[in-house]
Amino acid sequence: MALDHDILVWFSKSFGLFYLLALSLIVLVYAYWPANRKPFERAANAILHDDDDKPYRG
Amino acid sequence: MIAELTTNERQTALVILLALAVTGLAMAIAGQGDPFGVHGALVMVVAIAGVFTVISGYYAPEPSDSRLDSYYDTPTKFGIVVAMIWAVIAMFVGDWVAWLLAYPNLTFDAAWSSFGRLRPVHTSGVIFGFGGNALIATSFYVMQRTSRARLPDQLSPWFVLLGYNLFCIVAATGYLMGVTQSKEYAEPEWYADIWLVIVWVAYFVLYLRTLARRKEPHIYVANWYYLAFILVVAMLHIVNNLAVPISWGSAKSYSLFSGVQDAMTEWWYGHNAVAFFLTSGFLGMLYYYMPKRAGRPIYSYRMSIISFWGITFFYMWAGSHHLHYTALPQWVQSLGMTFSVMLLIPSWVSAGNALMTLNGAWNKVRDDAVLRFMMVAAVFYGLTTFEGSFMAIRPVNSLSHYTDWTVGHVHAGALGWVAMITFGAIYASVPWLWKRETMYSPRLVEVHFWLALAGTVIYVFAMWNSGIIQGLMWRTYNESGTLAYSFVDSLVAMHPYYIARAVGGVFFLLGTAIGLYNIWMTIRTAPRAASELAADRPVLAGAPALQAGE
Ligand code: HEM
Ligand code: HEM
Repeated sequence: MALDHDILVWFSKSFGLFYLLALSLIVLVYAYWPANRKPFERAANAILHDDDDKPYRG
Repeated sequence: MIAELTTNERQTALVILLALAVTGLAMAIAGQGDPFGVHGALVMVVAIAGVFTVISGYYAPEPSDSRLDSYYDTPTKFGIVVAMIWAVIAMFVGDWVAWLLAYPNLTFDAAWSSFGRLRPVHTSGVIFGFGGNALIATSFYVMQRTSRARLPDQLSPWFVLLGYNLFCIVAATGYLMGVTQSKEYAEPEWYADIWLVIVWVAYFVLYLRTLARRKEPHIYVANWYYLAFILVVAMLHIVNNLAVPISWGSAKSYSLFSGVQDAMTEWWYGHNAVAFFLTSGFLGMLYYYMPKRAGRPIYSYRMSIISFWGITFFYMWAGSHHLHYTALPQWVQSLGMTFSVMLLIPSWVSAGNALMTLNGAWNKVRDDAVLRFMMVAAVFYGLTTFEGSFMAIRPVNSLSHYTDWTVGHVHAGALGWVAMITFGAIYASVPWLWKRETMYSPRLVEVHFWLALAGTVIYVFAMWNSGIIQGLMWRTYNESGTLAYSFVDSLVAMHPYYIARAVGGVFFLLGTAIGLYNIWMTIRTAPRAASELAADRPVLAGAPALQAGE
């Protein structure tokens, strides 16, 4: 196979490493982005306050 | 049910069912003398029964526009009841299998009742029949509420639910006839797999269409977990089941992969089935029903997002821990081991997040068995993931692999986490769905809780003990350097634990059966408000004083 073991290991240790680091960073930034605080809080509370239990009709 | 469909939908349903009947007929003809033909006949009969059902309701008046003022919950109701029926059947078979391990003569010399055929009926029955139906049913419920949008149509939820159950029935009956492609948790053969792909794509599209109609700008995190479950299971299922049938008239097929590639594909599938079938979807359940029942928002919404991505991306790489010390290259094993250990972080963040949500509502947990189901589920989720990360470490796995320790781990997750959170979610939603104040009998919920907990603890401790004894016996050497115990010696040592496990299973099964009875009685008894209203009105001659439930 052209894709031998050494190439795979090199790929996972370089690209794989940075890809996962970048991904973690994106997730953390998204979760802690100040502007996102409001929508998150709203979403967390909204499920508790749907007492009429009816869909929105528009 | 047919009365809830529009005329257009009734016509489409007829077309689908006729196409299915023709397919079944073709299968039955092509597969004469093969289980494939039996399945064809089964599909045809089911489809024809469906055609008659639709025709019998075809001329009922169309549902009025006012239906759009409420959520479409009939499929959820159906799914919940069906999930509980599967639970009772599949756990009964599980306990049967448990007794078989203690007393192997209980097969009665029939092929269909042998261990190898009954065991997948148990595993598929609990995972797909019970777990899958519960996930689909609750996902319909949750996606509508969190989007504040009704399902986009009435037909596709039925297509998904009924089509999915057809898959489950074809799977289970196939095992009893000896049809299997010998991949654990992916036993059904190629034709059943193709059908599941169709159903699953319809499910995914339905979910996206509902979300697209949402009123809430932000998609609540429970939906992310449900969506990951749907999307990733589709991916896993398609890749792992790539196979070539030996003919168009035979159930038998051969995998596209071979040797260690096949093994790796299977356990990439298998472990992600644990991750996305037995974890992600049920976390979706947890993130909706637990805050709702406790009346408190999730402790940290941010953490729920971070652990979502952690779980999604780490689990993908963990599958090779099922293949430690095999022909799989060492570095692939190490990769799986490393990711499995890292997985502990998002897993414990999720479990911690759930428990912290309850912090401050402990009095509710004490009084409310439904919430207690959910709390115990979170605890077992934490336990099982800790245990899993530990077992994934290669030297630990050298002791645990092939032993009952694995089975103990499985059921700590399956009984303690999956089943407990499902029971909690079901008990929470049944009164909401059928507009009752409480379950028929809150006492029976309490009884179910204690039976389930006792059953789980007995099961898991029995298997931990037997697993570790087994593992140690297999690696004990005597002075001359040969094994101190024969395999049969270890079997004899297992016997009492197998009996204990089977007894634990009886407890658990009994609890489930009580749950089904309680749900049934809740549905059957009239809503409190309505019966009081009825009592307030003069009784008309000849009319029953109480309105029957449904
Ligand atoms: C009444 C409750 C249950 C009993 C008595 C029971 C019993 C058993 C038995 C005897 C086995 C075979 C073990 C072996 O081959 O050594 C088994 C396997 C299995 N069961 Fe259960 N079970 C129960 C509930 C469940 C539930 C609710 C789930 C999932 C949600 C589940 C998932 C599984 C899985 C995944 C396996 C395969 C384990 C492996 O291959 O390592 N079980 N069960
Ligand atoms: C951090 C999370 C987890 C990790 C790292 C993990 C790891 C493991 C490991 C190392 C094994 C043994 C593999 C072997 O020796 O063959 C295993 C088996 C298994 N685990 Fe987990 N586990 C985790 C969570 C869970 C959860 C929550 C469940 C839910 C029910 C679960 C279900 C199973 C099943 C069904 C098997 C048996 C597979 C088989 O051999 O048939 N695991 N897991």
